[in-house]
Amino acid sequence: MPSWKNVRADFPILHQQVHGKPLVYLDNGATAQKPRAVIDALVHYYERDNSNVHRGLHALSMRATDAYEGARARIAKFINAADPAEIIFTRGTTESINLVARSWGQAHLKPGDVVLTTEIEHHSNLVPWQQAARASGATLKYLPVLGADGEGGLDLAALDQLLTPQVKLFAFTHISNTLGTIIPAAEFCRRARAVGAVTVIDAAQSIGHTPLDVQALGADFVAFSGHKMCGPTGIGVLYGRRALLDKLAPDETGGGMVVNVTYEGATWKPTPERFEAGTPNVADAIALGVACDYLDALGREHIAAHDAVLARVAMEKLSTLPGIRIIGPRVGAERSGLVSFAFADVHAHDIVTFADEDGVALRGGHHCNQPLMRKFGLTSTTRASFYLYNTEEEIDRLVAALRRTLTFFVGT
Amino acid sequence: MSADLTELYQQVILDHNRRPRNRGKLPTANRVAHGDNPTCGDQCSVYLRMDGARIAEISFDGSGCAISQASASLMTTQAKGKTGPEVQALYKHFHDIVTTGNAPEEISDLAAFAGVHSFPARIKCATLGWHAALEALKSDPLPTTTESHLD
Repeated sequence: MPSWKNVRADFPILHQQVHGKPLVYLDNGATAQKPRAVIDALVHYYERDNSNVHRGLHALSMRATDAYEGARARIAKFINAADPAEIIFTRGTTESINLVARSWGQAHLKPGDVVLTTEIEHHSNLVPWQQAARASGATLKYLPVLGADGEGGLDLAALDQLLTPQVKLFAFTHISNTLGTIIPAAEFCRRARAVGAVTVIDAAQSIGHTPLDVQALGADFVAFSGHKMCGPTGIGVLYGRRALLDKLAPDETGGGMVVNVTYEGATWKPTPERFEAGTPNVADAIALGVACDYLDALGREHIAAHDAVLARVAMEKLSTLPGIRIIGPRVGAERSGLVSFAFADVHAHDIVTFADEDGVALRGGHHCNQPLMRKFGLTSTTRASFYLYNTEEEIDRLVAALRRTLTFFVGT
Repeated sequence: MSADLTELYQQVILDHNRRPRNRGKLPTANRVAHGDNPTCGDQCSVYLRMDGARIAEISFDGSGCAISQASASLMTTQAKGKTGPEVQALYKHFHDIVTTGNAPEEISDLAAFAGVHSFPARIKCATLGWHAALEALKSDPLPTTTESHLD
């Protein structure tokens, strides 16, 4: 087991005061902090190796190319992809999903087809499918979430009815960014495959928090962002099974992704270059590889266990607050390291402002989940999301900040 | 509690948040507009019954933080009986208060929002109801049977 106290020393940003109080960073669902090794990798690249990749024959370009392709191989290993060519670098989860929705959607979807997603998706795994359905004439359907607060998880019985042979693609999240629900992704992939549907997993919330093996899951496409797994912003990944990528047309075209260009047309390189038009985000891709090293040195199974302890402690302590409404799995049920909650008389933004005064960083709002909030009759929730450097003492700081807020607004 | 936070959550604001004035749909409204704050999901609808150029009745409906709800509530009390240009002028004063923190004393209760200027992310909360009111003033009159529009 890693020493979690020592882990905090790896993150320079954590050692600061906010409004005169030691920072308690509980907004990891939005973005994670960066360890020294990742920051150093960026500095090292720009100070020593910065050059364009795949083009130059000089020493720096070769070094940059080796490091960039090395990062691709490192990330392939991180998610147990069969081939580094299955790793496409993107700006993040949103761009990854849009790439599939546009390229795969355009080639395969037609009127009468069904795209299946779920009621709990982040807007980034919802709006692209609305657009793809609109463009193709396909129908978009939603797998319902059960319970007035989503505590029942996704409706597995309804999945049998919804997964018909008309379903061409099933897009779902691995861990809900709002509910904290962990989705049985391997089972979903197995059932989708049985009807011939392609699967797209939004792994934004799971990638840095739990071991993820794309082959064991049986996923066709997996999208994630670097910045939620201790890597830089602006870099993310679309994993796609080689057999699918080989047949997929590019979404963006231009330099770097072509073999032969004439005034009449162009031919494409194989994957992954076919999907990476223009100069890629070399520095951030390399630093993302370093983030993989960092997380694997700690062990993602240990990180998942640490998250689970913090989630359990937070659920126990938060559920004692008067009037709190926690959405997602109930106390004692499995959940990832985040808790979203609401109070009838205190709005999430007032809570976030008060907590901020106590040095506690939270997220308040709809969490890019507007339809789900509407279903629950909520306009916003406050979310505390944990990661490897958070401690049980920080949960006490959270609870104290919430008590102070409630006293001010409600008087309890 | 810090001075900034005390300044933000003035008694006037807490009072309007707890007991909002002119809240709910206005059955007799002949103007309506809806304001959204997409980053936080705050919503505010403003209903007006214009009598000639003046606002005879006004109400608001919606959901949001204490700042947005209190501001919309206070706005309705200030805008009632005024003309469009008068509300426009009042909003200009209010906008100056929330962006600069300088409140000329004669502006009364609106000065309670001076503390917002220390929290730039909250300025849009404070102005949401005002924007909806200004939109409603500019909007086309509703048909006489307004019920279906309001539901």
